[in-house]
Amino acid sequence: MSSKPGKFAITSPSGDRPWWGRWLLILPWVLTAAGTSYRVCGAAEELQTPPVRQTPDRLSTSVFDTVSPPADKIRDLIYLVTAIASVILLLVGGMLIYCIIRFRRRKTDRGEPPQLYGSQPIELAWTVGPLLTVFVLLMVVIRTVAETRRPEPSADAVRIRVVGHRWWWEFQYPDFPGLTTANEMHVPASVPGRERPIHLELESADVVHSFWVPRLAGKTDVVPGRTNLMWFQTAHTGSYRGQCAEYCGTQHANMLIRVVVDAPDEFEAWAAHQASLQQIDPEFAAGQGLFMNRTCVNCHAIRGTEAGGTVGPDLTHLATRKTLAAGTIDNTRKNLAVWLHDPQSIKPGCDMPSLRLTDQEVRDMAAFLESLK
Amino acid sequence: MTTVADIPARSSVDITMRLHGWVTTVDHKRLGIMYIVTGLVFFIVGGIEALLMRWQLFTSDGQVLSGTTFNQMFTMHGTTMIFFVAMPMIFGIANYVVPLMIGARDMAFPRLNAFSFWMSLLGGVLLYGSFFAGGAPDVGWFAYAPLTEYTFARSTATDYWILSLLISGVGTIATAINLSATILALRAPGMALGKLPLFVWMMLIDAFLVLFALPPLTAALVMLLLDRQLGAHFFDVQAGGSALLWQHLFWFFGHPEVYIVALPAFGIISEVIPVFARKVIFGYESVAAASVAIGFISFGVWAHHMFAVGLSPGLDSFFAGASLLIAVPTGIKVFNWLATLYGGRIRFDAPMLFSLGFLGMFVFGGLTGIMLAAAPIDWQFTDSYFVVGHFHYVLFGGTVFGLMAAFYYWWPKMTGRMLGRRLGQWHFWLLLIGFNLTFGPMHVSGLLGMPRRIYTYQAGQGWELWNQLTTIGAVIQGIAMALFILNVLISLRRGELAGDDPWDAWTLEWATTSPPAEYNFETIPEVRSRRPLWDLKHPDDPDWKHE
Repeated sequence: MSSKPGKFAITSPSGDRPWWGRWLLILPWVLTAAGTSYRVCGAAEELQTPPVRQTPDRLSTSVFDTVSPPADKIRDLIYLVTAIASVILLLVGGMLIYCIIRFRRRKTDRGEPPQLYGSQPIELAWTVGPLLTVFVLLMVVIRTVAETRRPEPSADAVRIRVVGHRWWWEFQYPDFPGLTTANEMHVPASVPGRERPIHLELESADVVHSFWVPRLAGKTDVVPGRTNLMWFQTAHTGSYRGQCAEYCGTQHANMLIRVVVDAPDEFEAWAAHQASLQQIDPEFAAGQGLFMNRTCVNCHAIRGTEAGGTVGPDLTHLATRKTLAAGTIDNTRKNLAVWLHDPQSIKPGCDMPSLRLTDQEVRDMAAFLESLK
Repeated sequence: MTTVADIPARSSVDITMRLHGWVTTVDHKRLGIMYIVTGLVFFIVGGIEALLMRWQLFTSDGQVLSGTTFNQMFTMHGTTMIFFVAMPMIFGIANYVVPLMIGARDMAFPRLNAFSFWMSLLGGVLLYGSFFAGGAPDVGWFAYAPLTEYTFARSTATDYWILSLLISGVGTIATAINLSATILALRAPGMALGKLPLFVWMMLIDAFLVLFALPPLTAALVMLLLDRQLGAHFFDVQAGGSALLWQHLFWFFGHPEVYIVALPAFGIISEVIPVFARKVIFGYESVAAASVAIGFISFGVWAHHMFAVGLSPGLDSFFAGASLLIAVPTGIKVFNWLATLYGGRIRFDAPMLFSLGFLGMFVFGGLTGIMLAAAPIDWQFTDSYFVVGHFHYVLFGGTVFGLMAAFYYWWPKMTGRMLGRRLGQWHFWLLLIGFNLTFGPMHVSGLLGMPRRIYTYQAGQGWELWNQLTTIGAVIQGIAMALFILNVLISLRRGELAGDDPWDAWTLEWATTSPPAEYNFETIPEVRSRRPLWDLKHPDDPDWKHE
């Protein structure tokens, strides 16, 4: 088939289309694949392989797949307005198509058609009709606005202070002193007899972000200098995905949110554990020493050690999280090693610098961080 | 005796003289053409930026562009398309056509007109100059503070962006003054305001929208420049500034801006539909009045871009109501256009195809706009791909389709030659298919939770298919626009001669030669009705008997 070994086939086996036809078809895929070649210089092989997500999340982010009252209410409103809009679209579109077909110029046409300058009754009708529709729609909207916003937390509510950072999320739980975590928010499910609305107080450490987990609620912007409120509540345990929805700079795309809804007792256990100080296994003293003596502690905190930085994510109980770098990669020791070796290769532009660690230092530190259960 | 060596020298002198003629011209027609060419060049550039973005998003975890480059691309795409494509194309067409339509010899202030054009062009050049100064701006076309503060945007790119919009804004405001003065003061004898062609009506309203909407943007840009260069703190939250102040100022400009680029398209199709359906516009007064209403209401809806920032329920309801209210005058116009088609004898030349395309696409975009005006729905849809789909139906399906209709409609007047009919049809149908394939699926990816302005996304959320359809559609649009450019080039070389009035139309511009002489009309015509050429062609049943 190919007359030049080592080159692309230049004749088509079927012969019914030019040789380049198929390449044209797969060109975008080929070029994209070519672009995925990865560059990490001078490190061990395990650090050069890209940190692929081993188990791609199959977590829906559809606005129709709702499990929480604010999202449910919005979904119902979407259905209603879509129905009204569809009727209008069918009427206007049908009229347009009818006119195009019925009033096309025919060969037999001579001269100009009758000129119709306007008609006040008709024009009044198509002013008043839409006015009434809009009025009804506005009433429904106002009702939904009132239903969706709920300003006062009840006694059973869980309050969480959400701080948006470029490009990660900080979650503080005022009801559980000391509890600060990042990017993965755990909340309790509501069970019959005990409703647990979740009230978020949204603040920003730098620029405008937006907190959006579509299955739980609409988005609320996270504006510096303001404290915005939002709430949700759900009986469905599981993991819900979302991400920052207001453009906030270079790594806006990799600022993901996970909300994990636990059964009530699981949540209490999680919260108690997360609020506790970190127990350190002396087996990982090498990695711990590196962490404490390098610049890590300037930005990161591990509660129970001398590391108390507040600029970057709190790393206490890091090993209990599913992902790293705000949902960019799975939390595995290998991925963590690649991240420590060169964070900029995974999240270019992020604030974490490459520390120029040796391969052994990377391994030690990854082992230490992965021991923070 | 002429030697061979003289010939290139003479022709280069000739080219220099012609170039000199264009550069120093104050003729509204030449300035109009220069505006349009500027818009077309930037349209190609902005289109390439869009194609690069679509290439990156064709697969999950795409590796074509880096995050920074992608962010620069969408910033430049948005800024370019709004300020250096839509605005120059609109003002170019208005520049060329408005004086002809009202029977004037030029704009009211020809030198100011030239000044406006060169300022607009300078703005565009400055914007792209940022590439040579270390990189394009990457703060998004609405440049939300405090991302634009020096703390977060250290390169000079953002300063280029500010200065570019400031300078082109001066040109835009000057043009608005010029247009309104021309329309108010230079109409042919007998042409009362109630007899203005509807395109001129729309441009009059448009000019006033510019006059009231642009200055807040200019003010905001100056404040931002002061923040960045002189250490002011208007938008610097750490020092007591306000992040939301920028949003209010920007959208107080930004929403009327939507109508600034949409009203001229309304005007264009209000000219094209009657001529190609062979009927007078149905309800001239209500089309004009509805547009005035849109102009007023458009200043009271800006915060519907800010439903998610945490307004009070009262404000949410007010801005939802005002935004929904805009549907009423817009609907009136759509019904008037449909009623004009009804009972007509429709010819499907390219201007009409694009006008009908406009009607379908704009109605769709308007209806998704109603969904977004309902504040709670907006909390889910805003800043998702649904919004990107929505506003492209309005700005591309509306404004660009309208501009294309204008281009095919007035090209014979501007050049004296027709554009190819067959190529025009290919252009329209490919663009219509590509357009819907691009922006239709965007609604779906938005409903599936895909935020806008992300340079990459992970597999597994069902977004791939919709993004691939979008990219394929974008490529088809690219091909359609290439055919359009081809059509233009062929027509310039050997297009069929048009004559004065190829469409058998009714407004004054068709009463003079194609292209018109520098002085437009030998004698300024006297006008008795809205369709002076109809009166001329039908002396037995003139319009003024019915108005």
